[in-house]
Amino acid sequence: MNHECKCEKKMGENGFTEKQWCQIDGVIQKFKDKPGALIPVLEEIQGITGYLPEVVQRRVALGLNLPLSQVYGVTTFYSFFTMKPRGKHQIRVCLGTACHVRGAKRNMEHLMQALNLKPGECTEDRQFSLDVVRCLGACGLAPVMVVDDDTHKQVKEAKLDQILKKYEGGSDGNGSEV
Amino acid sequence: MVNLTIDNQKLQVPEGTTLLEAAHKIGIHIPTLCANVEIHHTPGACRVCVVEVERSRNLVASCVFPVAEGMKVKTNSDRVRRARQTVIEFLLSDHPQDCTICQKNGHCELQSIAEQIGVREIRVPRTDFTHHRIDDSSPSLIRDTSKCINCLRCVTACAEVQGVYCLTPEARGFNCKVVPAMGTSLMDAVCVLCGQCAVVCPTGAIVERDEVDQVWAVLEDPHKHVIVQEAPAIRAMLGEEFGLPPGTLVTGKMIAALRRLGFDKVFDTNFTADLTIIEEGHELLKRLQNGGTLPMMTSCSPGWIKFVEHFYPSLLPNLSTCKSPQQMFGALAKTYYAEFAGIDPKNIFVVSIMPCTAKKFEASRPEMNSSGYRDVDVVLTARELGRMIRQAGIDFVNLPDEPFDAPMGQYTGAGTIFGATGGVMEAALRTVYAVVTGENLPILDITPVRGLEGVKEATLEVGRLGEVRVAVAHGLANARKLMDQIIEGTADYHFIEIMACPGGCVGGGGQSLPASNEKRMLRAQALYHDDKDVQRLRQSHENPAVKQLYETFLHEPLGERSHQLLHTHYVKRGV
Repeated sequence: MNHECKCEKKMGENGFTEKQWCQIDGVIQKFKDKPGALIPVLEEIQGITGYLPEVVQRRVALGLNLPLSQVYGVTTFYSFFTMKPRGKHQIRVCLGTACHVRGAKRNMEHLMQALNLKPGECTEDRQFSLDVVRCLGACGLAPVMVVDDDTHKQVKEAKLDQILKKYEGGSDGNGSEV
Repeated sequence: MVNLTIDNQKLQVPEGTTLLEAAHKIGIHIPTLCANVEIHHTPGACRVCVVEVERSRNLVASCVFPVAEGMKVKTNSDRVRRARQTVIEFLLSDHPQDCTICQKNGHCELQSIAEQIGVREIRVPRTDFTHHRIDDSSPSLIRDTSKCINCLRCVTACAEVQGVYCLTPEARGFNCKVVPAMGTSLMDAVCVLCGQCAVVCPTGAIVERDEVDQVWAVLEDPHKHVIVQEAPAIRAMLGEEFGLPPGTLVTGKMIAALRRLGFDKVFDTNFTADLTIIEEGHELLKRLQNGGTLPMMTSCSPGWIKFVEHFYPSLLPNLSTCKSPQQMFGALAKTYYAEFAGIDPKNIFVVSIMPCTAKKFEASRPEMNSSGYRDVDVVLTARELGRMIRQAGIDFVNLPDEPFDAPMGQYTGAGTIFGATGGVMEAALRTVYAVVTGENLPILDITPVRGLEGVKEATLEVGRLGEVRVAVAHGLANARKLMDQIIEGTADYHFIEIMACPGGCVGGGGQSLPASNEKRMLRAQALYHDDKDVQRLRQSHENPAVKQLYETFLHEPLGERSHQLLHTHYVKRGV
């Protein structure tokens, strides 16, 4: 199946920029005709778009000549993939056993209230998204939370707002002031 | 060969045999829920088939565990029995307990395995299904995922047998659900409504839309003239609903039962199958002689039609424009028969009995109203007719044989073999040969197009037309192979027959259950027996009732009236 870049036609589709669609098609081209391409393709594309909505999955299915059901099945199977938009900054709170007993649940509740969202969701201004993870393998640092690529160790509830501030674009926060 | 011991019995089996198969050979039937050998589906997921292997720490799933030299296996130890009970207990805890009002009551594998294994209590908390939603978007199939046990047979049937890939497991663990892509309803997805998922579903999670009550209601209505047509395959499978062996031809009893149910006239879809051959045969000749789109493809199977509409829209011009025999019947019932019997067509109600779930969809297609009314009002599957006969308390097995009514009941052997894969092709070639050469085929049996091989080919020298090359496929995954060849330009056939379901209509989504390849074969044999030994006439163009129809009403094949009533068009659907 020929899959040229259709940037001009698709500009702005589903909130993605021309450049993003070009990158998406580039990823598909790179892996096309390789066995087992689906997962790496979805992974790279999620790196570009932040999430995998239907329109992106359809593009992948068409590009890799796979049934849409298969793309959808894989997308929903792996917790790493998401069909909901992600925030600019991704917060992952560990709720594994060690973190749980050291207060991770309280931290989680605080974040949910401060950002006004539930795990798996993204703030309206797309600044933050919040996820639960089950053990990051850093139980000695419990309770752990990871923001983007930074690991925050032994997080106390009182420290949370300060941490969020660090990642906020400017002073016009989205309700993180308590 | 491998030597092993199962339940103290020594046996020898070929390498690669599973423990399940090995046990079966010595008469031990290990219960299974997810495994379905017919569709090569053994995911080892349900764990009902666990057995104990000596020196193995854990119980193993016998459906996927291969035999090994010297292996000692227990299939019925206390440990095995308790494990199976626990597995079923967990499945039941996540399953509605309304068996008595479930459509699958009495035909449910989960129900019968629970009985076999002897589960008497459910010790774990039960799932609450109060807010559960049912997908009843389609006219053919109803999906209730609360009854799903995630055996994934339907996913395999949809993908591997049918090549449709509509269904997929979504998410995982407790959240895992079988759904079409994006979790949409069947009607918003690429589903072709063939019903092969319902054929393999062990529970009531996918069933045909039951329309029995609608038919009861109209049979009670004194103003309605209710007529019924039955697909060829029905007479070869209906007996199974009443315990007769698969492959018993029950034409006469079927007619008698339908009369006793109260239908005003019992006609036959085979009559319009013969008519289809006349129309489709002439269409093929026209395309061959006038350079029309080739290969021409048959259009009797509504699941196949929807498949082309979704996946191969560029090949829509290759489809014959002929309506299926069911729809030709409906259109003629409310025009030709209405005129013949002097009945206002608005009071005629047409019921079809089909081994097919896609036929329900076909009858509901908006363009299927060329008589000015809905051509076919209700379509019942073989299973629904079985239910009606049981509800009426009719002793089916001991019914006398009765004949069809005129004028839409008479048929030839060519019409009856429509129910088996290759049958339409065989019937068409008989008539095309006779029309072109003016004489009959020396041998009417065209065996290369018969049988359960996925794709079959044949060539036939037909007088001045020269060599006619044909292909036959059944099961949509096989159809896909042919379609891809056509698109690549590597297929040079003139005529292709496709039936959506494996085995043709005898293996349809509305067939009697449980299904198997052996049953499909036996049912097909019954139809070939009907063709060869029961019917006096074996070629569609010899059918006197069809001749009369042309003389008094249609006038000529592909004529104006035919065009209006018997031919149709198709639509492009997305993927």
